[in-house]
Order: sequence, then structure tokens, then C-alpha cells
Amino acid sequence: MTKSDLIEAVASKSSLTKDKAGVLVNAIFDQMVETLKQGERIEIRNFGNFTVRKYPAYTGRNPKTGKAVKVAAKRMPFFKVGLELKNKVDGK
Amino acid sequence: MTKADIIEAVYERLGGFSKREAAELVELVFETLKDTLSKQEKVKISGFGNFVVREKKARMGRNPQTKKPIEISARRVLTFKPSQVLKHTLNG
Repeated sequence: MTKSDLIEAVASKSSLTKDKAGVLVNAIFDQMVETLKQGERIEIRNFGNFTVRKYPAYTGRNPKTGKAVKVAAKRMPFFKVGLELKNKVDGK
Repeated sequence: MTKADIIEAVYERLGGFSKREAAELVELVFETLKDTLSKQEKVKISGFGNFVVREKKARMGRNPQTKKPIEISARRVLTFKPSQVLKHTLNG
């Protein structure tokens, strides 16, 4: 399922036009991106939590050439699945 | 941030709907996501990331407290792979 499939599914299950369903879905994900950008966590009960993890800079190695490369510190989004969804996915 | 903040953002952007209706619509989006993932179908949200259900084989683990080896049963787990766009946004 892609974002446009999601928009269509939501439109068919509600009274929304496809355009309005698009606004809805985009508003949700835009808001989530904005929150993560601020370094804030997102808690969606029964779905899961998104957090931003910080990783320090390190010196890695190019596996092909063996050359040392500096990897800058970075922030990465991390998703921890909620209990309800975790069980649902596992067929419980 | 919680679902309430997402509902607020949707309420403001969608227009013409009450807060209660906005809440129901946000719920519908997450329910649709959950139902799709429960069917082991992957969800790809461009600009955000992919949710993928992965099959894990049974493997041996160990109870860290008693140190007794135990079998970890085969299971399905949900993983989130953030999009390049989201990674760049967090590090921009």
C-alpha cells in the first residue's frame, strides 16, 4: 500500500472526497515529520512511538577500499511498535 | 506529541469538520494502516518511510536472569525504514 492507496482507502471508508482525504493524510504525516524535526517524540497509542535517536560521529571504513572515512554525528528516526499492533501483525 | 496534537493539526488544515470528526478521521487513517499491516502488506509513505512486516525464524535465546537457554519462537515483526527524505530532514 502506498500513500495514494491509503488516501483512496480512507476516502472510500469515509464521506471525504479523494482531495480531502489527501489533505487529511498529508496533514498527519507532515505533522509527524515536523515533530521529529524538532527532536520531539511521537506517541500514538495502539500503534507505536517514534523517537529521534542521536548517534555520535565515528570513523568508519570503506569496505571496498579499506580507507578510513569520518562519519558525522547524525539523528535518526526510530519506530517502536505498540503492543496492540505488534500482536496483530504476529496474528495474535 | 500525541494523537491529540495530530488531530489539532488535521482540524486546522482540513476545515469544515468538527474536532470530533477530525478525531474520527485520524483514527480511521491509523486503523487502515493497522489493518493493512495485519495482513502482512507493506505500507510505503513517500517522504516518511516504509512499514514492512518481516518473518523471523525461531532461534535460541537465553533468559538473562536465569541464564537458561530458551527457544525464541518464529514470529512476524513490524519494522520501519525511514525514507531518505526524512533522514535528510532530521540532519539538514
